[in-house]
Parts: sequence; structure tokens; C-alpha cells
Amino acid sequence: MGSEPQVVEEARESQRTPLLSARNLARIFHLGGQTIHALEPLNLDIQRGDFIAIAGPSGSGKSTLLQLLGLIESPTSGEVRVQDRAAHGLGGEQRAALRLKTLGFVFQAFNLLQMLTARQNVEIALALAGWPRRKRRARAKELLESVGLGERLEHRPLQLSGGERQRVAIARAMANDPDVILADEPTGNLDSQTGREIVQLLEDLNRAGQTIVMVTHNLEIARRAGRLFLMRDGRMREVDPSDPRGLD
Amino acid sequence: MSTLDALQIAVRAIIANRLRSLLTLLGLVIGVSSVIALIAVGQGTQKGVSDQIRGLGTDLIFIEPSAEATTQQGGGASPITTTLTRADADAIAANGNPAISAVTSHITGEAQAIAGVNNVGAESVFTSSNYAEVRDLEVATGSFIAPGHDRAGSLVAVLGIRVAETLFPNVDPIGQEVRLSFLAGRVVFAFTVIGVLHEVGGAADADDQVFVPITGMANRFRFLYTPTGDLRVTQIDVQASPGADTEQLKQQISELLLFRHNRTDPDFTIESQDDLLEAASEVANTLSILLGVIGGISLLVGGIGVMNIMLVSVTERTREIGIRRAVGATAGDIVNQFVTEALALSVLGGMIGIVIGVVASLLVDGQTLGDQEVTTVIQAWSIAAAFGVSAGVGLISGIYPAWRATVVDPIAALRNE
Repeated sequence: MGSEPQVVEEARESQRTPLLSARNLARIFHLGGQTIHALEPLNLDIQRGDFIAIAGPSGSGKSTLLQLLGLIESPTSGEVRVQDRAAHGLGGEQRAALRLKTLGFVFQAFNLLQMLTARQNVEIALALAGWPRRKRRARAKELLESVGLGERLEHRPLQLSGGERQRVAIARAMANDPDVILADEPTGNLDSQTGREIVQLLEDLNRAGQTIVMVTHNLEIARRAGRLFLMRDGRMREVDPSDPRGLD
Repeated sequence: MSTLDALQIAVRAIIANRLRSLLTLLGLVIGVSSVIALIAVGQGTQKGVSDQIRGLGTDLIFIEPSAEATTQQGGGASPITTTLTRADADAIAANGNPAISAVTSHITGEAQAIAGVNNVGAESVFTSSNYAEVRDLEVATGSFIAPGHDRAGSLVAVLGIRVAETLFPNVDPIGQEVRLSFLAGRVVFAFTVIGVLHEVGGAADADDQVFVPITGMANRFRFLYTPTGDLRVTQIDVQASPGADTEQLKQQISELLLFRHNRTDPDFTIESQDDLLEAASEVANTLSILLGVIGGISLLVGGIGVMNIMLVSVTERTREIGIRRAVGATAGDIVNQFVTEALALSVLGGMIGIVIGVVASLLVDGQTLGDQEVTTVIQAWSIAAAFGVSAGVGLISGIYPAWRATVVDPIAALRNE
């Protein structure tokens, strides 16, 4: 019983440790003899249960930040830390493993494999993680049912609407129970009504405990997040999503 | 991702690109089936030649005048150019050598065989009664030349099966008259048919030959004798006793003939059946290798086709690779996927190629091409080798495109709309 305070302390410590963080993270591109500071050095801590929106106009650097956080892009300086472990020293295979187990991606263009059904698209992430065949079939079905696609399991992407495709992508992102879902303009290719439904789905997931980082150029959608960051010219500042003055 | 998962995805990708997969398969199918069918033809040819040589008899040694000697002698008084005589054959037989079982000799020449309105070009063999035994010829009806015919110099003839069928399509040839026309029709003799040989088969000479007693012809063609009165022969066949050392026997016969011909360099050639088999095998082997190489080249071209398609596939599926990488696929997963796909294509192509190659070999077997009967012998090793090479080619063809796939930048790939 003497170890109880220590367990509680460890739990608190775990809660304080960001799931994902950026430390002086910067990205410079050299294009056609020009140097473009896509991302000025910035810091960001993403805690468990956060629903973060990063908003800004096109070319402000928000997608670059998401790709850096998602370990599919490398920073020019600074570092990304996953559960307080620096990711910059990791090899390709280890980064792939981290992406697989701790991060889930949702893209603007859905990025589903056209030759596979909705269920098979979700199963891909599970197969890569080594799930046995029978279990992953059941898990894919369960995930697709949870995003309202229980009747569309065997449909291919071309047989689904834009909103349904994005739901499949969200189900795929959740497949390996990731610490953080990174969504890059998840409503960008959808009409406003379908876009609202997708954000509602992300909100529901967040309420259930899922940490989400969403990049969007749509302020109306961005304000529905718990924490809101605005980006312009590679610089980022946090604003109060409920304060309309901060959005100017 | 397990290999089974990769295989499942590979099959889906192959089905999704049916036409392209089919064309890729075609290259491998042609390659594998060519290797199997061409090697089967090569091996069939080898077997055919070997069977023909073995069909000549058992443990035979063939003595013939050397080409140089006959050239030097050509244009003499006799139309028969040979350095050998029947006395040579008798001397070999009379030697009392236990290694010798039997000796026979003969003269061959072109003749036109005529019976009633039928006639056929045939090779006439002037020989003696022991020829059939030495050359393993079996009589189907009637009998072969008997010692009595030898002694009497009878004008009797034994027909090869094809000669008999052509000359006497509807009647029993035994007892019928056959005329042989020699020297472009200048000399014609009539013979009584006393026997017809069993079919030897293949391209064997015996089926197209007419056998007559050498003594009968010697009495009628004086030029068959040398100026010293020896009967010329164009070939002497020596049958070695079972288990005899044929190389040693060849040496002994050579020494005897050199002594008799009073020469230091031979004016004859001595070859055993093994020598002929070896020479024929070498030729047939070269043919087999040549055919195998041709098939191998088709297989290589098929393999390059697989590599080409896989490279196109990698370029076309850059986005797919990017998605997989973003989701968490390692470079190993990507390599596994593309190599599995290339292997699935080549193994499938190999299996179809085996079926087509075997069926084609069986269909061609026994068919006549020109005037040659094609024999095929399907070799298990050629099937295994063609399949192995096909799978190997598929593996190698898959590795480079797979490596190309791993260096695809996921970000660029995901932007690739």
C-alpha cells in the first residue's frame, strides 16, 4: 500500500507529459534558388484529450507543421517529441512504426486505395500492425460501424460519397488506437453540410477521449476545437476559440 | 504485413490490371513453354539418334574405307571406290579372336526396285547370310538370305518394309519377282523375293533397303573384284563378344588391316557403336543446348517484361505507396508487396507455361515435319529449371522496382493526384 502515492504521482506525471510536442520546430524549403521559411521556430505541446485546430490561409505552413508532427517530413531545425522521446534521431523503420502505432492520418483527399473495399482499406493499417486475419476483419467492421458505415463495408471508394470516404479514412486512422489523430483539411473536399458532419464525428471521437489535431482554413470549423492556433507566414499563435476578437 | 497479406494484395492488383497482367504473363508463358518444348524436341532428337544407332545391333564395330583413300582411288576402273575387301573380313573372322562373335561385310549401292507397275528408289545391300543376325534385323515374313543362297550365288532378295509396301501394296511379296535396276538403268536383274523385314521404325535405313546375296552379284559384276581377285566391300561389321573390350578389339583389327594393306597409316576408319553414339550425342547435345538457349532468351525477354511492368506499376502507384507509407508501412513492407506481386505474376506465368509447354510437346510428338518425324522427350529437369528460372527472373525483376518504390517520398506521393 506504501507505493500508492508513487502510482498516483506517476499517473499525474503521465498526464502532464505531452503526447506530442514541437520544440523550436522550423522548416525551410529551397525552391528555384529561393529560400522559403515555411515554418518559423515554434513550440507546441499536445496533451492527451486535446482537440486542437490549426487554422490559417493557404501557404501559411499549417500542413507542413502537421507533416512534421506526423513524422513524414523532417524539420530543418528543432525537434518533434513523441511521449517526450525525440523522434529526429529515429530511422525510417522506427518512424514508420511510430506512425503505425501512435499516429493516425486523415487527409483532405481521403487517400483511400481504390482497388480495396472500405473494410479492406481499414484492414491495411491493422495488417501492417500484424493483427491476425479474423481479428482484424472484426475490428474493421466495428470501426466502420462506429463511423456510421456498417452497411457499406464491401463498397469500394468510387462507390462511396465524399463524406463516406472521409469516414472510411477516419476509421482507418483509428484502426490501431493511435494516441493522436492528425487531420489535414478533413473537410476541404466536402460540401459544408457533409463537412459539419465530419467535424461532428471528430468532436464525438474527442469526447470519447481521442486526441485530435486538425488543420483547416475554415475558421468556423476551427472554432469548434478546444484549442485554436492561428498560422500566418510560418508563425503560430494560440487564441481563445470562444473570443471572436482573437480571430482578427 | 504477412506474406499472405502481400499475396492477397498482389492478386487484387493483378486482377485490377487484367490486360496488363495478361500481356506480362504472356512473355513468361512463351518463355517457359518454349524452354520446355524446345528441350523436349532436342532430347527427343537425341533419343531418336541414339535409338537408331543402338538399333543397328549390339556391340558392333564398323569398318569403312577412309574418305581420303576413296578419293584417291576414285575415277578408277571400278565404280566401287573402297579400300576394303571380303578377304579382309574373312581375315578378321579367321583370326580366332575370342573377342569376336561374328563378322559380316557388304556393298551398298543405289538401285531402282521395280515390281509390275510399281517402282521405288532403294538402297541395295549386297551381303551374306549372317548380316541379319549381326545387325539385329528381324524377318516378318519368309526368311533372310540363307548360307545356301550364299554358296549358290542365288538371285533372291529380302525387302525392307517400306520397299515391300510400295512394290506389293495388295499381294504377299514372298515368291514374287522384283527387278533391281543398277547403273542408271544400264543393268537390270530379276530376283525372287524370299523375305520381308519387320519395320525398324524412325529414319532407319533398313526399311528402305533391298538385301541380296553378295556372291550372286559378284558373279555378275566383275568390277566388284580387285585386279588381284579379291571381292570389294564397302563396309565390314564386326560383332564383339559380350563383355569384350571394344577399344582393344578395334586396335587389334586396325593392326591386322594395316598389315594386310601393307600400310603404316590406315586407309580405313574403325568406329564402335559407342563412338557413333558419342558423336551423335555431341551433335544432339549441341542442338539441345541451342534450343534451350533460344527458349532461355524468350524467358529472359519475358522477365524483362515483368520488370518493365513492375517499374510502370511503381510509377503509377506512387500515390498508393505514399498512402501506405503514411499509414505506417515500412520500406520492408513495400519491398515485400512489390516483390510478392512480381513473384505472383512470374509463378503464375511459369505454371501456365509448363502446362502449354508439356501439351505442345505431347502434340508435336510423332508428327512429321517435312520428311522428318519429330520425337519429343519431356524432361522433368527442364520443367523444374524453366519454372525455377521464371520464378528467379520474377524475383530479380521485382527487386529493383520494389527498391524504387521504397525511395518514393510519401509527401510527394500523397500530392500526386
